[in-house]
Amino acid sequence: MAEDIKVIVFKLGTEEYGIEVEKVQTIERMMPITRVPKTYSFIKGVINLRGVVIPVIDLRGRFGIEEAEHTDQTRIIIVNVNEMEVGFIVDSANDVIDLNRDIIDVPPDVVGGIKAKYLDGVAKIGDDRLLIMLNLSEVLNKSEIVQLESLEG
Amino acid sequence: MDMNQYLSMFIDESNDHLQSLNESMMGLEANPEDLSIVQVIFRSAHTLKGMAATMGFEDLASLTHQMENVLDLVRNNKLRMQDFIFDTLFKSIDALESMVEDITGGGAGKADVTAIVSSLQAIVRGEVPSAGNASAEVTAAASGNASAAQVFLDEFQYSVLEQSLQEGHQVLYVDVAIRKDCQLKAVRAYMVFDLLERSGEVVKSFPSVQDIEQEKFDYGFSLYYITQKDASEIQKMILNLSEIEAVTAVALDQESLRQMGQDTAAATAEAPAPAPVQETSPAGAGNASPAASLHSKEENGKAAPARAGVAPSPSRTIRVDIERLDVLMNLFSELLIDRVRLEQLASEVQNGDLTETVEHMGRVSGDLQNIVMKLRMVPVDTVFNRFPRMIRDLAKSLDKKVDLIITGADTELDRTVIDEIGDPLVHLLRNAVDHGIESIADRIAAGKPETGTVQLRAFHSGNHVFIEIEEDGKGIYPKNVLASAVKKGVITQEQAGTMTNDEAYQLLFAPGFSTAEVISDVSGRGVGLDVVKSKISSLGGNVTIYSTPGKGTNFSVQLPLTLSIIAAMLVRLGSEKYAIPLSSIVETGIVKQSQIRTIHGNRMLEFRGSHIPLVSLSKIFSIPDYDESTEEETEIVVVRKGERLVALAVQDFIGQNEIVIKNLGKYLPEVQGISGATILGDGQVALIIDPNAFIK
Repeated sequence: MAEDIKVIVFKLGTEEYGIEVEKVQTIERMMPITRVPKTYSFIKGVINLRGVVIPVIDLRGRFGIEEAEHTDQTRIIIVNVNEMEVGFIVDSANDVIDLNRDIIDVPPDVVGGIKAKYLDGVAKIGDDRLLIMLNLSEVLNKSEIVQLESLEG
Repeated sequence: MDMNQYLSMFIDESNDHLQSLNESMMGLEANPEDLSIVQVIFRSAHTLKGMAATMGFEDLASLTHQMENVLDLVRNNKLRMQDFIFDTLFKSIDALESMVEDITGGGAGKADVTAIVSSLQAIVRGEVPSAGNASAEVTAAASGNASAAQVFLDEFQYSVLEQSLQEGHQVLYVDVAIRKDCQLKAVRAYMVFDLLERSGEVVKSFPSVQDIEQEKFDYGFSLYYITQKDASEIQKMILNLSEIEAVTAVALDQESLRQMGQDTAAATAEAPAPAPVQETSPAGAGNASPAASLHSKEENGKAAPARAGVAPSPSRTIRVDIERLDVLMNLFSELLIDRVRLEQLASEVQNGDLTETVEHMGRVSGDLQNIVMKLRMVPVDTVFNRFPRMIRDLAKSLDKKVDLIITGADTELDRTVIDEIGDPLVHLLRNAVDHGIESIADRIAAGKPETGTVQLRAFHSGNHVFIEIEEDGKGIYPKNVLASAVKKGVITQEQAGTMTNDEAYQLLFAPGFSTAEVISDVSGRGVGLDVVKSKISSLGGNVTIYSTPGKGTNFSVQLPLTLSIIAAMLVRLGSEKYAIPLSSIVETGIVKQSQIRTIHGNRMLEFRGSHIPLVSLSKIFSIPDYDESTEEETEIVVVRKGERLVALAVQDFIGQNEIVIKNLGKYLPEVQGISGATILGDGQVALIIDPNAFIK
């Protein structure tokens, strides 16, 4: 019997994604971002989170999805992975659900255009709701980004 | 009982004791007969043992217990300190250090120390330890020094040898090393003995014949041998046997034999315990030791109680967990940000009472800042104290003689700097000993004292702390550096022709200059110095070289007092704000478009009689809403790195401010041209420009 985990649910476009709640520090409304020059285009800059400077990543940009205008719904999810604090800009975040590990399946090759390596799995909730579980270490893995860049360049 | 609350205290105190052990051992090594130092070491080890046992760190306790046993013999004059004991004790201290480190890291302080413990036990039993090491050392010593005596002789053996010499026989000291892959080493040893017995007589062997027969030896043994044949002949004979790695045979004369005899006599007088102790000190020490040991015996009675009687002065300090200080620092920086914000508001509101209160608050927080900064100041000694040991080991392994002279160890630096500066200093010191100080032979040939001197100095100067590493070694020849740099492709031949000596020295810090060949080619200063340089630059510091060929070299490291709060100039570029550290700003000004010239495609500016490059921040940082080239007049900030100047074009000056430096987070460890971030009074993040990045 696998354990239940709590998952924060957020949206990018029409897809729903999940991050384990332990890895999420807080969820913030959009705030002023200071641009950091000479870095990857999906790194939007840094924010001041109560005295701590934290880099912010546009998850759409990171996954190669067209970036969208920020709205009232836009949120910054601050995660803490491998002692790195990073903010993710997402379209909206408004749900916390309990999930049994058993219902998380191995990811198919392509889900919503995102490479399978960024995914931990896909959970099917109810009849037609799919939740994509993110593999945060891979999402934050910069060595892989460098490789991509050099291939393109 | 819960021991956790005592753990940090235990760790702190253990580290203190370990440091004291290291220091005292170094002192004892310089002055091996001073038994009062042994007392100090004994007490430290004893306290450590007690603490470790109380805390339940059994391995630590048992190792210190074994050390204590050895030290106890030494302080009671039953054992004389010598190289092997020093080495073993140093190894023990190293092991203790790694155990304490393990405990610090949350481990149980377990370590496999059986080898060291058995060495220590062997010393206590008076047995000669690990023959493998011994024979290696013996070979080294004996080959160069005919009178080096490794094996103690009893009176009878000594007189036999002396008589044989008088009767015109050869007395040889033979050292045999058997190949490591030898299958039946006892048999091989037997063959050596057999061969020797045919043309002479083995008086004494080490290890003893019984031990050798039972294979109780590593891969080498030594012996005294009386024969009619020459040393070289014997050597050849033994080498003819198979599976023999090396043989040294040294002929002894009356003089060298007598020295051994004295040594033996002194040892027997001092150590009535049946101790065929190994003695590796060179011949000179043999003469001196009887007198010295007598002296120390007399002193021992008086010195030890005297030392014990001095009560340590009561401490007026308290230990504070550094994390608490960091929290204090963070809180304080929040306060600083609010203060700046209040000052802005007050100037907008224009209320007299408010302005006055804010000004007062400014003064108080200024004082508070000083205090907080002072709390974080740590003497550089905390970094320096591990260097004497390091230099000792290094000099020993390189077979050089080096004195390390430390001055200004009480100079204080911010803890953040202290934490970072250790590695670069280790690098520079290793360089100084490895490549700066010549070998003993070279020094004598150059007419210098055979012991090289490395000076490690720290001192305050203005808002900076300087740490200098100066040696009296062979110095650096600029033309060799240039030649090597051309060969490495770091510069072209033409560039080399126009370079001054100072510029040539700077090349040593160039990436790509340091490769293994350089070490032997030139003065060998290239090893990884670019890494040292970039580390020091990242601390906001600078490193320069002064060298006099043939006389020595001085590396001077300039460091800021603190890394946490700096004065900076805030500038605006379009909608973005940046901070430029005041320490690197030479001046600010306005230039007209017509003053900007293009030379070789680079925009240059005439500045006080010379041309300096004009760097367009808006281009480099791709500022979306500002471009200085559209303006008739441009504000510039002239920044400096060493001797070089660069003008940065900005849109507006906002003003000077004290800023609290924050890093960009682990995900963005380094961004080109940006050294960090700070939070402005309005809560916005402003990036701090790293002027060094624009100056090549």
